[in-house]
Amino acid sequence: MNDPLQEAREGAKTVEESSLDPTLADEVAQEPGGEGIRECFACGTCSAGCPVRRFNERFNPRRIIRMVLLGMREEVLGEPFVWLCATCFTCQERCPQGVRISDLMRALKNLALRRGNMPEGIPIQARLLAEKGTLYPLDEFDNKKRVKAGLPALPEAHGEVGPLLRELEEILSQKESGSKSD
Amino acid sequence: MGGEEKEMDRSYALFLGCTIPARARNYEMSVRALARHLGIKLVDVEEFSCCGFPLASADHKVAQSLAARNLSLAEQKGLDICTLCSSCTSSLTETSHELEAHPEELKEVNKRLARLQQAYKGPVRVRHFVRILWEEVGLERIREAVKTPLQGLRLAAHYGCHFLKPSEVYGGFDPVEDPRVLDELIRASGAEAVDYARKKQCCGGSVLVADENTALAIGRDKLVELKELQVDGLVVVCPFCGVMFDSQQKKIEKSFEETYEIPVLYLTQVLGLAMGMEEKDLGLSTHAVKTRPVMEKLKSAVAS
Repeated sequence: MNDPLQEAREGAKTVEESSLDPTLADEVAQEPGGEGIRECFACGTCSAGCPVRRFNERFNPRRIIRMVLLGMREEVLGEPFVWLCATCFTCQERCPQGVRISDLMRALKNLALRRGNMPEGIPIQARLLAEKGTLYPLDEFDNKKRVKAGLPALPEAHGEVGPLLRELEEILSQKESGSKSD
Repeated sequence: MGGEEKEMDRSYALFLGCTIPARARNYEMSVRALARHLGIKLVDVEEFSCCGFPLASADHKVAQSLAARNLSLAEQKGLDICTLCSSCTSSLTETSHELEAHPEELKEVNKRLARLQQAYKGPVRVRHFVRILWEEVGLERIREAVKTPLQGLRLAAHYGCHFLKPSEVYGGFDPVEDPRVLDELIRASGAEAVDYARKKQCCGGSVLVADENTALAIGRDKLVELKELQVDGLVVVCPFCGVMFDSQQKKIEKSFEETYEIPVLYLTQVLGLAMGMEEKDLGLSTHAVKTRPVMEKLKSAVAS
C-alpha cells in the first residue's frame, strides 16, 4: 500500500524536453554566487546536511541545482521553495566541489524576485528599510526604555539610506500588481 | 572594579544593527558592561543603519551597498567594527572581502554610495564581540576576571550559522565542524558546557519570512534535545537566535503542544554574572522565558 516508488510515480510530473531552457544555467552562473554551478556532480552532501530539508521536503538543494542545470526555469523560479533556504552555509562549507550553494540559492532568490516570486514579507521589509533604514524603527518610548536601562538614546530612523534601495524599489513597484504569494 | 584594568589599544565602532536596540536590550546592556570591565573601547556611531543582510535574498547588490555604507562610516572615523549580531557580522565581513577582492564591484558600489555623497575604499576589519573576547582579550584574562564562578550550572552553546560561517571570510578562527570557542568561554565562567548532537544546527529564524511552520520545526528540534538533557540554559551570541529561542519559545511550545522552559542567555550575560555583575545590569529580568531558575540554582550552589 505504502510503496514509496508508487507514490513518487503518482506524484511525478512529466517535463517535456521542449519546455527546458538551456540558458537558465548560464543566467544563474552570471549572478554573483552562481558561478560554480556546473561543478556540481550531484553527490547530495548538501541535501544530507540541510536543516530545512529535514523538516520540509519541498526544499532539496541537490534537486534544485539539478533542475537549474536541466533548464527547468518555470519549476525553479516560479515556485516558492527557493525561499526556504535558511542561508546557514552548512552545504557551502561541506560541498566537495566548492559550489557556493548558499550564495547560489541567494542568486536564485534574486532571480525569482525579479519575476515577482517572493514571500509577502519581502516588499514590507524593503519598504521599511527604504523609509527608515532599520527593520525596527525606535520611537520615543523605546528611547525612554533605553535610557532607563542605562543605554544611549538612538536616532529613531535612518531615512537617508533610501536612495540605496532605488533599484529594488523599482523592481518591486513593477511587480506590485502581479505579485505571487505563497 | 579597580582602576588598573588594562585598556586595549584598538577602538571599535559598535555596530548594533536593527534587532538589538529594539528587541535585545539585555544583550546590549551585558556587552557594554563587559566591555567597560575588560577595557574594550566601543564607540557609538549614530549613523549606522541596517547591515543589508535582510535584503540579500531580494537583491544582492542593494544589500551590498547598504553594508558598504556602514563600512564607509567606520572607515571615515578610522575605526574597526565590532558587531553583536552574527548576521550583521557576516553581511559586513563578506562585503568587506568581496569589495577588496573585486575592484569592479567596489566601483559599482561607489557609484551607488555617491547618491549619499559617500565613498568607500576598504577594507574595514569587522569582528564579532565574542571573537574579540576570544582573540584579543583571551581566555586567561577572562578567567582572571571571574569572581563568582557559575559552578553547577549546565549550559549548552548555540553557535548559530553566521558566527563562524562562511569560514573563508572569517579566516577559520574556529573550526566550523568542531567549534569550541563558545564552549571554552562557558567553561571559563565556571559553568559546565554540555555537549549535544544538534549543537551546530541553525535556529531556523531566517526561514520565518518564507515559512513559519518550517522555521518553528527547526527551532523545536534543538529545544527537544536540550530538554532531554536537562540543561539549565541555552547560550547564544546572536539576537536572531535569541529571539527565535527566547521570544518564540512559547509559540513553539504551543504549536507542538510541548513545554521546554529553557532559559536563553547571551554569552555576555553568562560572563557578566561570573564576573560578579548585578542581574539588573545584565538585563536578566527581561527575558521571555524566565531566567529565575538559573539565578536560584546559582544562589543555592553558593549557599551549600
